[in-house]
Amino acid sequence: MRNFRHRPRGRSFALVTTLLLLTLYSSAQSTFPVNGVADVREGCYAFTHATLVKEGGATLSDATLVIREGLIVSAGTGAVLPKDAVVIDCSGKYIYPSFIDLYTDYGIPAPESGRGGRGAVNPIDFFRQPAQIESNTKGPYNWNQAIHPEMDAAHLFNVDDAKAKPLRDIGFGAVLTHVKDGIARGTGVAVTLANEKENLVVIKTKASAHYSLSKGSSTQSYPASLMGSIALLRQTYIDAAWYKGQPYHEGTNLSLQAFNDEQSLPQIFEGSDKWGDLHGDRIGDEFGVQYIIKAGENEYQRIKEIAGTKASFIVPVNYPQAMDVEDPNDARFVSLADMKHWELAPTNPGAFEKAGIPFCLTTADLRDTKQFFANLRKAFESGLTEAKALEALTKTPATLIGIYDKVGSLDAGKLANFLITTGPVFNEKTSIVENWVQGRKYEVKEEAWKDIKGQYNLVITSATGGSTTVVLDVKSPTAASVIAKDTLTGKFSYDGTIISLSFPAAAGGAAPAGGGMRGGARGGGRPSAAMHLSGVVNGDTWNGNGTDSTGNLVIWTATFAKATPPTPDTAARKRPNHVGKVLYPFDGYGWDSLPTQHDLLIKNATVWTNEKEGRLPNTDVLVRAGKIVRIGKNLDAAGAQVIDGTGKYLAPGIIDEHSHIAAFSINEGAQSVTSEVRIADNLNPEDINIYRQLAGGVTSSHILHGSANTIGGQTQLIKLRWGADDEGLKFRNWDPFIKFALGENVKRTTSTNNNRFPDTRMGVEEVLTDAFTRARDYERQRKAAPNITRRDLELDALVEILEHKRFITCHSYVQSEITALMRVADKFGFTVNTYTHILEGYKVADKMKQHGSNASTFSDWWAYKTEVQDAIAYNATIMQKVGLNVCINSDDPEQARRLNQEAAKSVKYGGMSEEDAFKMVTLNPAKALHVADRVGSIKEGKDADLVLWSDNPLSIYARAEKTIVDGIVYYDIDRDAQLRKYIVAERNRLVQKMIAEKRTGSPMAPATPSYHIELSCGDHDHHDGLLTIDEDGDHTEIANTTN
Amino acid sequence: MKNIFIGLLSLFLLGLTTAQAQDDVYPAKPDAGKLFITGGTIHVGNGQVIENGTIEVDNGKIVRVGADITPAVGAKVVDAKGKQVYPGLILSVTDVGLKEIANGVRGSNDFQELGDFNPSIRSIVAYNTDSKIIGTLRANGILLAGTTPDGGTISGSSSIVQLDAWNWEDAAYKMDNAIHLNMPSFLPRPRRFGLRFGPTQTTPDVTKEALAKVEEIKAFFREAKAYNAGQTHKEMNLKFEAVKGLYTKQQKLFVHADQVKQMLVAIDFAKEFGFDVTIVGGSESWLIADLLKQNNISVILQQLHALPTTEDDDIDQPFKTPAALQKAGVLFALNDNHEESRFRNLAFNAGTAVAYGLTKEQALQAITLNAAKICGIDDRTGTLEAGKDANIVISGGDILDMRTSLIEHCFIQGREVSLDNKQTQLYHRYMTKYGLE
Repeated sequence: MRNFRHRPRGRSFALVTTLLLLTLYSSAQSTFPVNGVADVREGCYAFTHATLVKEGGATLSDATLVIREGLIVSAGTGAVLPKDAVVIDCSGKYIYPSFIDLYTDYGIPAPESGRGGRGAVNPIDFFRQPAQIESNTKGPYNWNQAIHPEMDAAHLFNVDDAKAKPLRDIGFGAVLTHVKDGIARGTGVAVTLANEKENLVVIKTKASAHYSLSKGSSTQSYPASLMGSIALLRQTYIDAAWYKGQPYHEGTNLSLQAFNDEQSLPQIFEGSDKWGDLHGDRIGDEFGVQYIIKAGENEYQRIKEIAGTKASFIVPVNYPQAMDVEDPNDARFVSLADMKHWELAPTNPGAFEKAGIPFCLTTADLRDTKQFFANLRKAFESGLTEAKALEALTKTPATLIGIYDKVGSLDAGKLANFLITTGPVFNEKTSIVENWVQGRKYEVKEEAWKDIKGQYNLVITSATGGSTTVVLDVKSPTAASVIAKDTLTGKFSYDGTIISLSFPAAAGGAAPAGGGMRGGARGGGRPSAAMHLSGVVNGDTWNGNGTDSTGNLVIWTATFAKATPPTPDTAARKRPNHVGKVLYPFDGYGWDSLPTQHDLLIKNATVWTNEKEGRLPNTDVLVRAGKIVRIGKNLDAAGAQVIDGTGKYLAPGIIDEHSHIAAFSINEGAQSVTSEVRIADNLNPEDINIYRQLAGGVTSSHILHGSANTIGGQTQLIKLRWGADDEGLKFRNWDPFIKFALGENVKRTTSTNNNRFPDTRMGVEEVLTDAFTRARDYERQRKAAPNITRRDLELDALVEILEHKRFITCHSYVQSEITALMRVADKFGFTVNTYTHILEGYKVADKMKQHGSNASTFSDWWAYKTEVQDAIAYNATIMQKVGLNVCINSDDPEQARRLNQEAAKSVKYGGMSEEDAFKMVTLNPAKALHVADRVGSIKEGKDADLVLWSDNPLSIYARAEKTIVDGIVYYDIDRDAQLRKYIVAERNRLVQKMIAEKRTGSPMAPATPSYHIELSCGDHDHHDGLLTIDEDGDHTEIANTTN
Repeated sequence: MKNIFIGLLSLFLLGLTTAQAQDDVYPAKPDAGKLFITGGTIHVGNGQVIENGTIEVDNGKIVRVGADITPAVGAKVVDAKGKQVYPGLILSVTDVGLKEIANGVRGSNDFQELGDFNPSIRSIVAYNTDSKIIGTLRANGILLAGTTPDGGTISGSSSIVQLDAWNWEDAAYKMDNAIHLNMPSFLPRPRRFGLRFGPTQTTPDVTKEALAKVEEIKAFFREAKAYNAGQTHKEMNLKFEAVKGLYTKQQKLFVHADQVKQMLVAIDFAKEFGFDVTIVGGSESWLIADLLKQNNISVILQQLHALPTTEDDDIDQPFKTPAALQKAGVLFALNDNHEESRFRNLAFNAGTAVAYGLTKEQALQAITLNAAKICGIDDRTGTLEAGKDANIVISGGDILDMRTSLIEHCFIQGREVSLDNKQTQLYHRYMTKYGLE
């Protein structure tokens, strides 16, 4: 009690006393030997007369903060100063709890190529490069190299002051750090940013567990797609639960054990993108986990869906840089979406606040942490409140990982992690002076402690005693001028203690006695002589010594005379930032509000029914609540929106049986059997090809896995509901399908060193037989011992096929493989629902008919590889004449918008009737996909998926004028004309805005073309434009893979 | 005699049983006699249409075209009443005959040579008249093609071939009509990683690299010019010799370019060297159509059935680019370089241009007369006019629309050529199998 002169009073003081007692009686001992004389300090400091910022942003003025042994002893008003406290007068200063960042890899070494041979990520090329089937990680760990939950950041962590300082400089005092690598990444450790031994800075080990869908440095082939990553993480949850039963054949798996052990920790998932966040949240929902989600920069584009996750978020404040778009030929390749995102990205944090989503802020993703405050201020201009930002940097992060008892506020007992600032922390003119971490001072901008701006009387005295007085006008710690007859700008610096000043000696100026300062710079030619002064600051009086322009010694004194009038905060003067609208999808052709259903009456069109009525001239169709309710002449419907169909054709919407649009990844393919992956997991509802294909009369597309492997992934039928989110695209109540593939692609014909089984069509058949054999055994085992049988996502899908609950569409070309698959199917008791491509279908059409398969083919493709040498343009006609249900598909985002023309080619090749030809892209795919009860023809009761064509839809001169899905007009040729004008105007507005930004001297990025990745099955070349990246041979870290 | 018969029969059977074989499709015999194609709707190729017209052919040349021509007694007559008669279509730039199986069969490919500056490489010497692709083109009215090498900066020279020949010397219609230059790209390329989120990272200095390459190309042409101006040379330079025709305008310079910056450089080439320049590709040509016209640069548009360049572009931009060029008065041809349907949809590319702004006759001209002009063969073909080769297509209906594009007769230099091909043969073979014929 020797520190207290008076008995403390009141409850808070009682608490303080208790804590103090604990502190006082805690031992100063540690296990570490001392080399030299022990120097144990209690570090008791009292910060007086400060404005303390407490929880919720409440301020206490003229308050005192007392700290001891790295902890806060008291923070409030009226405290008695401990006798042994070093007292620091903080008049005019603010004290904040220092900030906390949950998303760092501070002190964690970059993933090495060590640990069992981890190397840099190699682009994976399914078709050519040898596969790495097994993990390179040595030891009793998981089968997959990207699953390493056993990695414990606390074991890897090293204090790294070079990394800590930039974070301290922007106000951070504690961070959560983890290994930012892999899918199951292991546990995080919460540490302070003090430059002390690791033992002292750890706040909490195993503070969190981390996940992502990026395989990172794993060199193993699987997973090679976003949907593969999702499947792997899902399977890992299942495997870990099963591992609790100590299955004998698994032995010891330290990864799964760790995975189970860390389930009770806060679970943090790296989404980093609006859709990525949702992908993670859905996995969490499936396994009863609520992730904390690390966001990206674009959640504002789908904030409703983001709020629907009910997750807390870790939000970065990184935004794209403005681009240099002055050259119109460069600007042309920058998309409107990218320019709009540049403008709207600063609204992202505010969008979280406005939507009531709990979030904290992070420095993650910043190109330079020095941008942190500037970017925060942009967020304030765009809707974020300062109070929320403060909470998001202190209390929220601390609470999320359960360390609010230690950090996050100025309360007794917590770590002495606090900032001393010259004003409210987010003000542009405020400086963080000092950042104290665990009771130790780290200087940030010490020179800002005292505002030295103002005018000083500078008296310079020469050795001979003569003196001169001039006025020194200090503008900042780095700028000052001397006012005599003229105003001379000198060199000035102030670091909090030392002053250094030099200025030219002007003609007729204040030359000290004995000086010869004549002429100066204006004199003529010779370098100007200068006065050099150096000294220290002591309150308002500075003094020191120096030399005059002739080198004679002088001494000097500067005394504060008057303050400079303050200039207003520039942030306050800024005009409000007018920004464009968020569009759905976030694309020039998107909607600013989503369209809704209306009753529609299409009048007086030639109605192409695809039913026995055939083509009905001058007929009306009435649509209500998304369904076709009446077809007839002279219909009337009050309140219905009338569309004049005179001279036009109304036809059922086109259904593309084979498409690869609207997905983030298409091929898994790292293994020959990947039935566990699902296209549905990675739909991309913002693919511009959705809109382009609506303009080609397409209303539904079957999105297939690629053809990189024999048993590919689960497919997804979608409707082209442009503007909907990924869930909203799905065709509801649909029989699930799966993609298989045979032949050259799966045996990797173009590889010269294939090591992935199979290498021949003989092997392909065995892959199929083996997979279904395993599935049958699995199903038997599961029925016999449901509790100990590990659920296998891969085999589940195959069991569904065996049980006729899932249906195959199989990429196939030559007759041998077509027949071989039918015989495998016969053996296992199921039917191959659809053969797609099927360019030699005409050779075995009778066998296919007997088996009961549908056929979905190209109209006239051939000779792009050996297995299509015998492809003929008459294929569809022959198969149709033999009695198969034949479809024409696109497998190509361009051809998909002309499928009506592709169908028309069968009129040319083989003389198919027009009505039969058109059915190949409408009713027949509906039948093949088991949805003919709802789509594919114009019939009362069916979905109103309709296209109004300007002409006979089989004619090359026909254009879709309106494309309707579920009674909603998603494409309208007139609206499209308006959108084209909008896009031109909006692009121009943003180009001008970026150029204006360039004029302000802001850092600019070069104009960066907005590339579009065209996903494909990898079967053939695609006709891509300048800005499309054919994924063939490319590999991207997360989403996109080769084929 | 019997043995010969059996021999022929087995050859015939072999032809039927191996799908590879197509050996019973023969080039037509030369026909020196007269031919009258009567009563058809004649689409001349220059915009003119003659209803109920007749074409008189003599010794492979068109001698008269008109509405009131009576066939000579005893001459061969093809009744085209109710049919559409067109000039033979021209596929201006293609790898047909050089690349048989596009992927995975290296042995079937002869379209791309090693090296960067290969002006002396000549496609004609590798042109395979027995390619199975050729028959499918004839069957769709394509009678002439510019067989073209690819790769490097200067790929070599193309030659125009007629598509009914025993060997390449037979096929040659115009040798070495153009030198092909691939303009370096000015477009920053994306890096491989992180494509999913936000703007892509791109490689720097693409413009610098491209300009350096352009300088290298210019230096080549400056030195070639000087070389070709000289009379004798101590050492012969085959590369310089190969481009001699460019300076005398006996050859054209076909510049493969899509980006505006690439095309601007091509215009500069035309100005500096006085070359006859044609842009091949030209997907962005609509942006500078007037500039192309001012500088007399012609364009061969590749594959109209393509996606727009940018996501903000009008969704039908590629379809309406021909109309933009037409409006500006640019000489342009349409082409089909679709690798999967293998070029047989040339007429339908033109049909799409009609749906988006051209007239049918303008679109036809873009695959006949305009193509002939650009390829330097318009003195001999491209229209149905007296004095030109009898390269003629007769279709049951509108050739530009797939529903009606039913080709019934084709004549190359007056010879009626076979419309049979591997695909029709396989068709009949399996129609027979299923008893459907």
